[in-house]
Amino acid sequence: MTTLATAPGVPEEPDAWEAPRAPGTPVVTFAHTLRAEWIKLRSLRSTWYTLACLLTVGLGITALSMSSAGQDYTGGTAAERAAWDPAGLSLTTYIVAQLVIAVLGILVVTSEYATGLMRTSLTATPRRHRLLAAKVVVATAVAMVAGQVLMFSSFFLGQLLLSGQHVPGAALGDPGVLSAVTGGGLYLAAIALLAVGLGTLMRATAGALATLVGIVFLVPAVSGLFPSWLQGLFDYWPTKGAAAVFTTVTDPAYPHPWLNLGGMCLGIAAVLAAAFLVFRRRDV
Amino acid sequence: MTTIHVRGLTKRYGPDTVVDDLSFTVEPGQVTGFLGPNGAGKSTTMRIIMGLAAPTAGSATLGDRDYRDLPVPLTEVGALLDAAAVHGSRKAYDHLHALAVSNGLPRRRVEEVLARTGLESVAGKRAGGFSLGMRQRLGIASALLGDPRVLIFDEPVNGLDPEGIRWIRDFMRSLAREGRAVLVSSHLMSEMAQTADHLVVIGRGRLIADTGMSEFLRANGGGTVLVRTPEAGAFALRLTAAGATVRQGPEPSLLVSGMTSDEIGRLAAYHRVTLGELSPQQPSLEDAFMELTKDSVEYQGATA
Repeated sequence: MTTLATAPGVPEEPDAWEAPRAPGTPVVTFAHTLRAEWIKLRSLRSTWYTLACLLTVGLGITALSMSSAGQDYTGGTAAERAAWDPAGLSLTTYIVAQLVIAVLGILVVTSEYATGLMRTSLTATPRRHRLLAAKVVVATAVAMVAGQVLMFSSFFLGQLLLSGQHVPGAALGDPGVLSAVTGGGLYLAAIALLAVGLGTLMRATAGALATLVGIVFLVPAVSGLFPSWLQGLFDYWPTKGAAAVFTTVTDPAYPHPWLNLGGMCLGIAAVLAAAFLVFRRRDV
Repeated sequence: MTTIHVRGLTKRYGPDTVVDDLSFTVEPGQVTGFLGPNGAGKSTTMRIIMGLAAPTAGSATLGDRDYRDLPVPLTEVGALLDAAAVHGSRKAYDHLHALAVSNGLPRRRVEEVLARTGLESVAGKRAGGFSLGMRQRLGIASALLGDPRVLIFDEPVNGLDPEGIRWIRDFMRSLAREGRAVLVSSHLMSEMAQTADHLVVIGRGRLIADTGMSEFLRANGGGTVLVRTPEAGAFALRLTAAGATVRQGPEPSLLVSGMTSDEIGRLAAYHRVTLGELSPQQPSLEDAFMELTKDSVEYQGATA
């Protein structure tokens, strides 16, 4: 057992009964750590480049995919017309957007390891859970805003392009549409949260990104090869069951999309729990 | 008053013992030099003091608290462990601002440390474009943010030009004069001779010496005299006969120990030996250090 590491569960906040401080001595709270992390994030160009990339690539894919989507409807069978989901179609850009938003989440942690800044950060904030919690909150908040902005703008752009092709579109007030759009933004924020967790566990950008690509792209692509007792897991897997939240026409396989998204969030919470555990214990 | 106490500190990585039952104290008001060859465990010890690595056994405390228990750490301890530890695309000002905010320090402190380290003019520049000397200054600026009583510098002069070295040396001396405890590591003995008041020497993770600088020099390096004479061979025999130890110095000279220059001069006059030079040698910390640590260098080059 190590001497410096305190047992898990010990309160992080400075104890109230501590000796009174000299006047003028600052008192450090979680809000300070949070603000410091926000200054760090906003003072990097890469943050803004990544966010610009998220919107450009995200909306670009929407523009490309929606410009001819109307043909599927006009040339489709009655069954295909019944399954026509203009809202869901305009949100499919999430498939690529989740990768860009993950880069943001990963870099919040791994860029500090790559530059050695993590040591400086931990000397300023030696309560490690507090530092990681601040990173998680800041990254998730930014990803949440960016994700919602992307999902709403992608929805409106998609409907605009559909209306030009004289096929039925969707409005925000239609049943299930608002839930799909906001749920999409939540989904993206959750992926950013997963990325923070992976970045903390791997400590290297390449490793974390490769793992994330494996989770959101490769595993879904080869999911058919997995044994049947594992198939239940895919109901809650990113890009698989958890992505049912993007649809407005109910998929019989996933009758309760928010349940699937909730399952994915539970899995991400487990990854984060592991990240908090190793972050406290590892030497830097 | 904050003092660094290292007690029975041990750190093992797998089978390797990097720090081995190390104990010493860093007192306020002086510069404590932390010396040892590369790989002796200096950086590991400092990282343990800073709560970045956990010791296998023993403890390193500030006053009587672990670093991780300091409520506002930057106001108590400032450290420069690695000058490269900044994000290259962040501006110097933003780097310091984030650190200050994380400890609830006012923004004015950022401007103050920028001024004290002479970085005002580059505060708005990205740290990636900084020279090594400027990065060192930025690291020192962040160490000073909270006006701490204890300062820890790991190899601060490594790779600096003479001007930068002098600046850091004077700076550390002035910090100690202000009553702060300053711990500075180096493998450059000559550097320590001009900076430190107290020495902690380690080799292979073990304590070799914990002593004042002057005592260290007196005990380990002192007392050789350089003698230059055309009749080196003959005079060497007479010196040896008189009880001195003679080594061949830089051609054509002799390095004599065991006799003072006064005695050597009288011996030369008695034997009518012409002396070209007779000069007591400044005890060399370098030699003393080599002597002390020759058994504890991790990888020794083969002597030709």
